[in-house]
Amino acid sequence: MTHTPTSDEVEQTTWSEPVSLIETLPRSAGIIINLLALVGIWQLVHLSGIVSPIILPSPMETAGDIVFIGKNLFSGGYMLAALWVTVKEVLFGFAIAIAIGFTLGIIVGESVFGERAVLPLLVAIDTMPKVAFAPLFLAWLGFGIASKVALAAFIATFPIVVATAAGIHAADENAKMLFKTMGASRWQTLFKMKLLVGLPQMFTGLKIAAVGVMAGAITGEFIGGGKGFGELIRVAASQLNTPRVFALILYLSLLGLALFWVVVWVERRVVFWHSTTAASKGR
Amino acid sequence: MTVLERTIGEQVGPRGRPVYELRGVAKYYAHGHVRALEEVDLTLTEGSFSSVIGPSGCGKTTLLKIMAGLVPPSKGQVVLEGKPVTGTRRDIGMMFQQATLFPWRSTLENIVLPIEIRDGKASAKAKHDEARALLKLVGLEGFENAMPSELSGGMAQRAAICRMLITQPAVLLLDEPFSALDELARDFMNMELQRICMERSATAFLVTHSIPEAVILSDIVYVMSPRPGRFVEAIHIDLPRPRSLDMMTEPKFGSYVKRIRAQLDKGAFL
Repeated sequence: MTHTPTSDEVEQTTWSEPVSLIETLPRSAGIIINLLALVGIWQLVHLSGIVSPIILPSPMETAGDIVFIGKNLFSGGYMLAALWVTVKEVLFGFAIAIAIGFTLGIIVGESVFGERAVLPLLVAIDTMPKVAFAPLFLAWLGFGIASKVALAAFIATFPIVVATAAGIHAADENAKMLFKTMGASRWQTLFKMKLLVGLPQMFTGLKIAAVGVMAGAITGEFIGGGKGFGELIRVAASQLNTPRVFALILYLSLLGLALFWVVVWVERRVVFWHSTTAASKGR
Repeated sequence: MTVLERTIGEQVGPRGRPVYELRGVAKYYAHGHVRALEEVDLTLTEGSFSSVIGPSGCGKTTLLKIMAGLVPPSKGQVVLEGKPVTGTRRDIGMMFQQATLFPWRSTLENIVLPIEIRDGKASAKAKHDEARALLKLVGLEGFENAMPSELSGGMAQRAAICRMLITQPAVLLLDEPFSALDELARDFMNMELQRICMERSATAFLVTHSIPEAVILSDIVYVMSPRPGRFVEAIHIDLPRPRSLDMMTEPKFGSYVKRIRAQLDKGAFL
């Protein structure tokens, strides 16, 4: 048993390492298989009759509604108008959140005043359930688009502030010292170094905000009515039209996914040097 | 104390035009309760290479920060090229343990960064040719468009050398520049540093933990005591230049190492 393996044998053992079946499949195939399995289970549950069809519609019914909504959207029907309202709320909300979030984040991250006086307040507000502010925004801004934009922006601002402040702090001592020895001003240090060092973290905040901004807009629509997609869902649910609700949620999540991927797309172009970005580029 | 000062003074003696001078420099923290640095006198003559060696926490880094104009001394004078050092200056070049190249800039853009900070983007652009010449000097020709992630540790430090030299500093302050590299790369880079300093007749001051590194590179090695940091001995290294790594096996080299180690051991510093 004191036999030392030759280099050939060593190589063979590395090669014969077991590879699981899932690793041999392309990623998209795995996702599709999983989705099909989920729909299959859904169909089985529906056929078994354990759950009332009012609570859980059949996949076929839902698919029918998906097609119906799709047709309505592409023919420029009332659903397209509703979707457009929600898209506007989300985009305005996101833009406002980015503007306020970056500004506050820089103030908090860069100044002692911000860290001592502004950050504790932000943390305090952040711990509150922000959706609870929805009725307040309605009272202030009315039942139009403004209150939904405000709630969406309100929810999305916090992750951006926190990520920006943390990103600015991420610059290491060596980089700061180097900038000092080069005689850099505070602005130069901020714009040529600290903000750039913090960009990967800021984009993480933006991704969280992209999810939050959707939740904010839909919650606003649930509570404040209006003409958006959330209102369609509310009406369909109140009529116990569950297939319609399921289908509407699907389209809404496609909108959320689109927003998320826009952020990722921008990140890959802006933070081209970052390891996660570089790794995904190679794939 | 006075005897010691005299011996240091004799050893250092005027050998060239003084570039950098420290007179009675001290640094105290916490209203004088913590004495980091005590009465340091130092003269760097033109084209000379000096090192300071001492245990951790002896105030080497404080000394270097004072020399770089990053920290004001509590006492004493700091004069570079006849002008007192009151803050960071473009004629002070500095290099750290980490290369700290910024990943969003190409190697060339990293090198001209000090110019961009001090004179703006247009001036930085005008220095591109000079930066290319420096890349050639350090053996990184053709890497100007490489991103820092594509450079090895040694290559990154070569780029950092270029960045330090681009402002044409009168003095180079080196804070353990190669200590993050593996030993083979470190020895090699030290020889490269010698070559670059000789080619440019640079006046250099190195902070290090390594006795052989200090001896192989320096004309004078200053041994520092722990807190409060002060020079306890200045040793002239009388080995011909250019020096090679082979010299490390020579008895003369060994005797220098031994002498510095004895001095450091005297206070049980290590």
